[in-house]
Amino acid sequence: MASQRSRMRRLSALLGMAALVAACSGGGQSAAPGGESAAPPPAGESPMASAPAGSPGAGTSFQCENVGGEVSVVGSWTGSEEDSFRAMIAPWEECSGATVNYTGSRDLAAQLTTGIASGTLPDVAGLPGPGLMKEWYDQGALKPLSFVNFDEYAANTPPGFADAGKAADGNLLGIFTKAAVKGLIYYNTGVFTGDAPTTWDNLKSAAASAVTGDTQPWCIGVESGAASGWPGTDWIEDILLRQAGPDVYDAWVNGTQAWSSPEVKAAFETFGEAVAGAHGGSNYIVTTNFGRAANPMFEDPPGCLFHHQASFITDFFKNEAGAADGDFDFFVMPDIDPTYTGAITTAGDLFGMFNDTPQAQSLIQYLLTAEAQQIWVERGGFISMNKNVPIEAYPDDTSRRSAELLQAASTAKFDGSDLMPNAMNQAFFEAIVAFVQNPGDIDTILANLDTVQADAYGG
Amino acid sequence: MFDALLGNPIISAILVVIAVPIVLVGYIVVVERVVGLFRRTTAGRVRPWLWLAPALVFLGVFLVYPTISTILRSFQNRRGDAFVGVENYQWFFTQPDTLIALRNNVLWVIFLPLLVVGLGLLVAVLVDRVRFEGAAKTVIFLPLAISFVAAGVIWRFMYDLNPDIGTLNAAVTGVGGEPRAWLVEQPQNNLFLIIVGVWLLTGFAMVILSAGLKGISTELLEAARVDGANELQVFRKIIFPLLLPTIAVIGTTIIIYALKTFDVVYTMTNGNFNTDVIANSMYQQLFNNGQPGRAAAIAVILFLAIVPVMIVNIRRFQQQEAVR
Repeated sequence: MASQRSRMRRLSALLGMAALVAACSGGGQSAAPGGESAAPPPAGESPMASAPAGSPGAGTSFQCENVGGEVSVVGSWTGSEEDSFRAMIAPWEECSGATVNYTGSRDLAAQLTTGIASGTLPDVAGLPGPGLMKEWYDQGALKPLSFVNFDEYAANTPPGFADAGKAADGNLLGIFTKAAVKGLIYYNTGVFTGDAPTTWDNLKSAAASAVTGDTQPWCIGVESGAASGWPGTDWIEDILLRQAGPDVYDAWVNGTQAWSSPEVKAAFETFGEAVAGAHGGSNYIVTTNFGRAANPMFEDPPGCLFHHQASFITDFFKNEAGAADGDFDFFVMPDIDPTYTGAITTAGDLFGMFNDTPQAQSLIQYLLTAEAQQIWVERGGFISMNKNVPIEAYPDDTSRRSAELLQAASTAKFDGSDLMPNAMNQAFFEAIVAFVQNPGDIDTILANLDTVQADAYGG
Repeated sequence: MFDALLGNPIISAILVVIAVPIVLVGYIVVVERVVGLFRRTTAGRVRPWLWLAPALVFLGVFLVYPTISTILRSFQNRRGDAFVGVENYQWFFTQPDTLIALRNNVLWVIFLPLLVVGLGLLVAVLVDRVRFEGAAKTVIFLPLAISFVAAGVIWRFMYDLNPDIGTLNAAVTGVGGEPRAWLVEQPQNNLFLIIVGVWLLTGFAMVILSAGLKGISTELLEAARVDGANELQVFRKIIFPLLLPTIAVIGTTIIIYALKTFDVVYTMTNGNFNTDVIANSMYQQLFNNGQPGRAAAIAVILFLAIVPVMIVNIRRFQQQEAVR
């Protein structure tokens, strides 16, 4: 079975090469490489024309060519998401003459880890996260995407975001298509009726005026089984980025900014203020599951005004707190230091390549285009990374606002704890729990994180 | 074709169920044929070894080899390509986190056997005298059938801070108290975790002690009572000494449970709030932090801690065998 499939793949690769040769010799289409290409593709590997010089951001330069053959893809999308993905790739299949064999998998990490061990890997795959992506690259399983015009791709996405798909050696490994905006602040529309605060101080004063005996400013809950603490890591990331700026944020993520440094400590202290003004007190916060954390916001009298979380939380509002659409709304976490205005944290789905075939290269370049992503955007449930997807294409108000936030962002940083080595990430989770419980222990907690940092970023 | 057959889980299960006994029986038949070729005296010397060989091979592959390679691994660095001496052990004994895990294991080793054996003995002695003995023993024995993970989940609800969910806090607020975070308040939260283990294992201690109790001849007890001993004296001077070997076996078994404890801590607190234990810290080093060297060192330390208890346990067992 397995050997038959690999023979098929080899055959299709051969066919693809033949088509490529035909296209090159017959067409004379291949344009001169653009001057800005970060890493010129190795000769003969890329059938695609690269960017016309001097027009970054004006749509991608991808031109679909007939490569034929087939490409195997594994992704996390199933059900209606799978239908949307198939709709998105249908035009590519038509113009390239290649067939996409898509498999949806609920557990990408497990499927691909065993795939690497057994050598049976898809050509293109969704990746569970940047950490594993880098590990798989170091093991030699994941192939660098040197054929992607990185400058053009980065110019089409929010500033700073595309870097999260790079390996330590600077090679591009993963591309983002689908995005999510983190650091949103939700409120009960029946309770908080003021305008969205534009600065952190505004938010604090708005909160202070609304606080009564029953209603506190914040609802926080950090319990999440073995990953307890992670909702607090999102808090620290949002605060640090807005308070100390993207450079400190990057240094911190990369392990060169000490946890005990004044910037990181200040971020913990700002979070500590929110914890001090949170519903239920510290024992409540550390024992309350993140999914139920916002329930008091919808109680009468309300337990709190605001809840900080990513957009997925609205499902929990509906299922855990019994809220309906329209009962809640959000604004993005406001600026803290005006120097860094417009900085946001995000998450996104990564795509990488395990087998370097012409079909895989062509598909990846196609997925990056605004035209491709617009297809899914119009079907709903997809926030595009690509700024060239028009805002009008979004079918509902919530996704339109998320897309606007992404397009307007001055800096978009990937979820920092997910980029850290696992040991660091786990210690960060535990530090949040310890800090919420005893904010006075901050120096011991940060010193402990410094020790882990010195240890975790090594070989 | 054959691949597809093996891929079907039902067919491969049937294959295993049929094939493994056939292979084993086939082995014995072949061994007997071979032994038949020897002279009688040589055959007598060779036969036990050949019969033991499969078991020895399994022990070697699944027990001896992993143990040796774990010990070797504990002296290697993270990637496993160089020896680093005792660095991993040094790390273990200088980290505040692992030292707390060590302390908590000591708490488990003291309190779990004490409570399990104490309560088990109490229940065994008391229900021995009542009519509904069977029903009472069944109820206490039932939790033993529940896995540690499920017990952890159940007791998380019991300890929940919200009195609408947490049974304990419902009771506390029912009498006018404030709800308490049982799993957060230190250091007694360790005791609340140990109670979960007690709930699970008391039934085990109870049935064995109860069986031991039935083995004590009634004439002995009657004689003591006729001589004027009160019930407490009967228990202290006769029942307890006679049960002592049984208690020792149960106690050491429970101590081993306490040393290996993992599931309850992992599902209930994951080591937060200073409740970490050695086994959980090993799991974290291996699966979260990618530190196989350190995880191996922790495994060896755990192994060394269990060995003396095992030796005591086996000694006891041999003594009992010798008496019989």
